Amino acid sequence: MEAIMSRSVVLFTPQLTQVRGMATLKDIRLRLKSVTNIQKITKSMKMVSAAKYARAERELRPARSYGAGAKAFFESTELEQDKTQPNQMMVVMSSDRGLCGGVHSGICRELRNKMNENKGSVETKLVVVGDKARGILQRTFRENFLLSFNEYGRKPPVFADAALVANAILDVDYKFDVASLYYNTFRTVVSYRVTELPLFSQEHLAKAEKITTYDSIDEDVLRCYNEYALASLIYFAMKEGACSEQSSRMTAMDAASKNAGEMIEKLQMTYNRTRQAVITRELIEIISGAAAL
Amino acid sequence: MAGLLKNGIRAATLARQCSRLAVSQQRSYSEMSFTFASPANVYYTAANVKQVDVPSFSGSFGILPNHVPSLAVLKPGVVTVFEEDGSNKKFFVSSGSISINEDSSVQVLAEEAHPLENLDAQAVREGISKATQEVNAAASEKAKAEAQIALECYEALQKALEN
Repeated sequence: MEAIMSRSVVLFTPQLTQVRGMATLKDIRLRLKSVTNIQKITKSMKMVSAAKYARAERELRPARSYGAGAKAFFESTELEQDKTQPNQMMVVMSSDRGLCGGVHSGICRELRNKMNENKGSVETKLVVVGDKARGILQRTFRENFLLSFNEYGRKPPVFADAALVANAILDVDYKFDVASLYYNTFRTVVSYRVTELPLFSQEHLAKAEKITTYDSIDEDVLRCYNEYALASLIYFAMKEGACSEQSSRMTAMDAASKNAGEMIEKLQMTYNRTRQAVITRELIEIISGAAAL
Repeated sequence: MAGLLKNGIRAATLARQCSRLAVSQQRSYSEMSFTFASPANVYYTAANVKQVDVPSFSGSFGILPNHVPSLAVLKPGVVTVFEEDGSNKKFFVSSGSISINEDSSVQVLAEEAHPLENLDAQAVREGISKATQEVNAAASEKAKAEAQIALECYEALQKALEN
């Protein structure tokens, strides 16, 4: 308990100030230097993510229309998901890179709540895209992992990434009744929201009531359509996630730079005070030495 | 003077109502909410167009407003969009999907879609010769099928450029 307290509260503890004044001064100087370096790093990370965010936001606009187009059919068929079905699948969109606020943990928290909600009655398998979500979920849900992807998030996502994930999901030997896609929807620079998007299997689609109103549908068309729609939806989710991640990293790094700035200010003050104290003490020593003669 | 102004306002309101009436009537008999997009570009979002011709695996067909709901799979070819003002635009698409819903909304999603004028005839010719070589050189069944798909796509490109 004490260790935790001291870690979070104490900014800097001068050690043995009276005995080793000079060493303390050096300590503060070193500390000051390292904090300044950290600030430099966070500042440049902010710059980089600002540029990446601008690009992600620009690319998000066409992806949104594309995603809306892919969703339109499922919305107009008014398919319902029965969440009590035994075989479920959850696809999580995260990435390999951290230092971006609560993007990954937020999505994992949502997922954990959902998993714990209907524990026991259903079997839920996880498809995890990105190392960060895998790291968080691995401890508690190791046996639920179906697929996981890494080497994702360094570059802006392209359609081929989505196609790779979709292909792997289609190829894997697991028949799901209910599937959902979890991703962060980008809202503004400082806010994003965890969103759940239902995914449907071909069998589910074929059983839908409204599908009978559609003309000239055979199994082949339905399969091709559904496969392509899956890839499109994943692509859309990737773009939303990438944009939220970059914007969140930008805000996180901005806050980190600001905090480092505050810390530097305080350290600078302590440094100056200590230096002055050292000088004063030396003067006193000299003067009192001279007076003693 | 005041009376004149009042009349003027009334006339404007009436005109506005009439125009709204006219618009809503026009909408009710033919409206197509057409969306045409590729991952990188959006060409139409919920736009009202006259007709769309699409190439699909079950044959090319035209979509008019109030088309029967349907699903189809795009094959390499040219999508022609006839706009409200009578002009038409042509795009080359590689693959993707078409969905026509009950509410007369049409979504054409392509993996790649580009206006015809952006295509380079020289590059297409080179592509064809390369793909032909690959078909002949392919060792396994899978490689051969892949090369065949590439060749078909290039041939569709060339056909699109010729017309």
